[in-house]
Amino acid sequence: MQDKINEIEKSIDEAVKDVQSSKTLQEIKLKFLGKTGVISSLMKNMRDVPPEQRPSMGKVLNALRQWSEEKFAAIEKRLKEFELKRKYDEEQIDVTLPGRCPADGALHPNTLIRNELISIFAGMGFEVYEGPEIENDYYNFTALNTPADHPARDMQDTFYLAKDLLLRTQTSAGQIRVMENKKPPIKILSPGKVYRSDDDATHSPMFSQMEGLVVDKGITLCDLKGMLDEFARKIFGENVKTRLRPSYFPFTEPSVEVDVSCFECGGKGCRLCKGTGWIEVLGAGMVNRRVLEGCGINPDEYTGFAFGMGIERIAMLKFGINNMKLLFEGDTRFLKQFKV
Amino acid sequence: MKAPLSWLKEYVDIDVTAERLQELLFSCGFEVEELINIGKDISGVVVGEVVECEPVEGTHLHVCKVDCGDKGIFNICCGADNVKKGIKAPCALVGATVYATAKDHITIEGVTTIKKGKLRGIESEGMLCSGIELGVNGDMYEGADYCGLLLLPSSLKNGEDVKAVIGLDDYIFDIGVTANRPDCQSIFGIAREVAAVLQKDVKEPAYNYTAAKGNYESIKITDSAPDVCPRYIGHYVKDVKCISSPMWLKRRLALCGLRSINAVVDITNYVLLELGQPMHAFDMRTIEGREINVRRARDGETIITLDGNEFKMNNENLVICDGKKPVAIAGVMGGQNSEIREDTTEVLFEAAKFARDSVRKTARTLGQHTDSSAMFEKGVNEYTTERAMKRALHLIEELGCGTVTDLHIDVKTKNSHTAEKTMRASVSKINALLGIQVPESEMVNILKRLNFGVKLCDDELDLTVPGYREDIDGYPDIAEEVIRFYGYENIKGTFMPSAAVTNGGLSEDQKTEAALKSRLVGKGFYEISTYSFYSPKDLDTMLIPADAAERKAIRILNPISEDLSIMRTTLAPSMLNVIVRNLRRGNMEGKLFELGKIYLAKNNPLSDFPEEKNVLALGVWGKSDFFDLKGITENIAGLFNTRFEYERCEKPFLHPGITAKIICEDEELGYLGMLSPEIAESLALERFAYICEIAYDKLLKHAKAFKYSPLPKFTEVSRDLALTCETGITCAEIEKEIYSACKYVTDVRLFDVYAGEQIGSGKKSMAFKITFTPKDGPIDDKIDGFVKKILNNLKFKLNITLR
Repeated sequence: MQDKINEIEKSIDEAVKDVQSSKTLQEIKLKFLGKTGVISSLMKNMRDVPPEQRPSMGKVLNALRQWSEEKFAAIEKRLKEFELKRKYDEEQIDVTLPGRCPADGALHPNTLIRNELISIFAGMGFEVYEGPEIENDYYNFTALNTPADHPARDMQDTFYLAKDLLLRTQTSAGQIRVMENKKPPIKILSPGKVYRSDDDATHSPMFSQMEGLVVDKGITLCDLKGMLDEFARKIFGENVKTRLRPSYFPFTEPSVEVDVSCFECGGKGCRLCKGTGWIEVLGAGMVNRRVLEGCGINPDEYTGFAFGMGIERIAMLKFGINNMKLLFEGDTRFLKQFKV
Repeated sequence: MKAPLSWLKEYVDIDVTAERLQELLFSCGFEVEELINIGKDISGVVVGEVVECEPVEGTHLHVCKVDCGDKGIFNICCGADNVKKGIKAPCALVGATVYATAKDHITIEGVTTIKKGKLRGIESEGMLCSGIELGVNGDMYEGADYCGLLLLPSSLKNGEDVKAVIGLDDYIFDIGVTANRPDCQSIFGIAREVAAVLQKDVKEPAYNYTAAKGNYESIKITDSAPDVCPRYIGHYVKDVKCISSPMWLKRRLALCGLRSINAVVDITNYVLLELGQPMHAFDMRTIEGREINVRRARDGETIITLDGNEFKMNNENLVICDGKKPVAIAGVMGGQNSEIREDTTEVLFEAAKFARDSVRKTARTLGQHTDSSAMFEKGVNEYTTERAMKRALHLIEELGCGTVTDLHIDVKTKNSHTAEKTMRASVSKINALLGIQVPESEMVNILKRLNFGVKLCDDELDLTVPGYREDIDGYPDIAEEVIRFYGYENIKGTFMPSAAVTNGGLSEDQKTEAALKSRLVGKGFYEISTYSFYSPKDLDTMLIPADAAERKAIRILNPISEDLSIMRTTLAPSMLNVIVRNLRRGNMEGKLFELGKIYLAKNNPLSDFPEEKNVLALGVWGKSDFFDLKGITENIAGLFNTRFEYERCEKPFLHPGITAKIICEDEELGYLGMLSPEIAESLALERFAYICEIAYDKLLKHAKAFKYSPLPKFTEVSRDLALTCETGITCAEIEKEIYSACKYVTDVRLFDVYAGEQIGSGKKSMAFKITFTPKDGPIDDKIDGFVKKILNNLKFKLNITLR
């Protein structure tokens, strides 16, 4: 019997010696361990073995079965690993090939800046108001303390549509409409298109402004500065500082020009800031008493500040766009860059 | 506003550098746009004495030995015709920089560096210079116009730097003056600010003169337009001699870009620069009737001005007339008929205040802009008008170009304002506006420096406003004066500690707009922004008929050009322009959108605010077709939780077979379609383009609030039906009949269209997936019945059969 077993062991060894695939191994395994396999047949033949020999015989056969099962399992494990590796090798891809995604479009750079500005100021409690683009003389000039013979009217060349109708030259016109209808506390942001009869490399006859207005009790120039500091940090970077310097707008008094420290060179002086370390970004000031009065707000009770900036200017500064015309041309090679 | 440093020093003891003064002016609101160092190109030029001078035979040259004091004695070869032994002239040493001139010795051709060299074989260690080579002319230095050597006084020390001698060490401040400060549109006005910022005294120009008493025939001045000429001062000067101005005056005019003419004319220009008051001088011989009348011009009245131009005027133009004729356009320019000539002997000087808008309108409508009109447009004040006249008369006397008489005519109309303005401002209110505590003593000090009369009574500042400060109106103006000099760096940021809390953010409509844009971006569209105005030609390109509503566009009365002359009534031309531009630049495909306004007049001519309507325009070209664009519009409808219907329609600029109008709940919202091949061909477009416009404001009204609908309790069932129908039948017609045949149908979706031999000519096959949604109980067993009903309905209504 032992000979028989040795022979089986030997034939198993022989059979699995060159086996290459788990499929072939499975077939071999069936030949020995399957229901009709060699080892199973020996087991069945136990009935013919004399009872006294059965225990020892059983032991030997069980050992054989265990040995062969372990043997097959080990080989199978090795083959599976090998086959898996081969499969992985075959399925390997060039992971550096470009990815696929349905192409996104992009918002216009002005919209990106507008959204950013709105989100900054909305967080400070500003509502957004959009007034009409076609205004009359009253809202665009007179109510903003710019009577007919005022020299400031020459600061902006105005497009007229009729004797008393014009394309607004500033979003400040919206201030008046808000103050006529809403009493303090007022915190509004008024973005929109404005128009001036100017057309050259740095001027466009249409551009966008963002106007801010705060009217409440005890508002001071320091409050304007504090809010602009916050704005400058959020839009241009944590280390950016602001600087106020005297200026003039008919609808604010005192009026200031607001510079931010150059975010490109950190104020050391570079091409962007023309060597000065500062970049002019907006005009602002304390709302002129006459403007408040004209809107039925008591200037002895309330004070306020207003500020206005060119959205294109901010976009050009922030994105490094060198030509304003690009913003209105709609060239897809330009627009594609703003997927931010 | 150009202010030479040397001139400012006449009034203020300036003891800081030009650069420091630039910073200080900036800090108090006067940005120096350019600091011009007038001698910046010249260096290494010293006073040289020609101690030997020998002609070089056969040439025009001389070999000189030039003594440059401590710099040495140099051999210099010189070609100038006025070189001779004993003269002193500017000597450019080796390494010096001067202007190179062309062969004419006049035209400057850049800066050159002097090198050791040979002229016709003769060694030369420098160059003797003309005034032109140093960038000075005869108005800046006596004799500098001559194209030979600039001869210098023999009293100068050899070797001394020539720049200081001929005034090339000077600076010119080109200052931006804000519109509220016309009083600073003059050298003296700037000097007042300089004095204030340097905390120095300002020295007033001299205004004194002796009026020669005499029995002069009177001159009558009538002001018939006091509304636009509140003040008119005339003064008679006799024994006028049109001599040349002294060097110092010529030089100052030259630094400000003016040429000297003669003393009388120069004085008027000088006073304008110095004080900011335009003046005029009439040759009294030509003033008929010895009278001046300030009046509005008669329509069609003409005048020939000093520059020889003839102008036809109208009733809006103010003129200065004598007894018979206009002799000047008020505040703009004098007439040729009364100009100062060589032989002028008696003069009437004019100093007046003309209204800003009157001068502006006249200068604009006549197209005649002068230094005088520019100044009047900015605004002059009577305080200065009075002084300017005195100043001019002082200069007449000082220059010796006439005898100042006591014939002084001052017309002060009821609109004249010369009373001192007084006001009160509260220290605490000023500080409350600024948000910081400026000590009251500091306020008093600053305001005094600015020539305010100041008395402090407790919290109140009792102020007398300087006569030239017409901009000062209320306490915020005083606050500005204070902080301008106290320093904006003292303003420290605070965050509205006393303000009420407000709720910020976007309105619902603004949020919807953002969502729409974001949806379109997600679908691969790029946002564009185009001008709100375009050309009537753009509508021609779109083949818009002359009587179409789009043609009723609002015109800009003063457009930059015809290309930007009408307010748009449709966004399509703007979109097409962008598509065309892209294709011409080789961008062969693209998807764009613009959410912009159109402007619709309610009446014609325009008299009321027009309607401003938001329109969404979509434009695709290249890889996209009609159904790609249509799919986007369907998607947009989905965003507003509504549905669009589409019907074939025609537009002048679209393909008549590939155009649909967009309808929402029976309201037409817009259209989409393929750009007409006719237009595409005329524009030589290499790709098909599709355009869509949707009336965004209308669409917003159809937006439905979103609500969740409960999931069906019983499973939905769907069936596919392939139908055969006449080619002309539309998908929408079939869908409609399917829906109407069975109330359980909740979705009908076309998934295939086929036409070909198997179907037969004039027919097509369309395959639909129909979804049935159960309501109260399972419907699986009823589906066959439903389908039968649908098919019967289709057969009956549209003669459609199952394939």
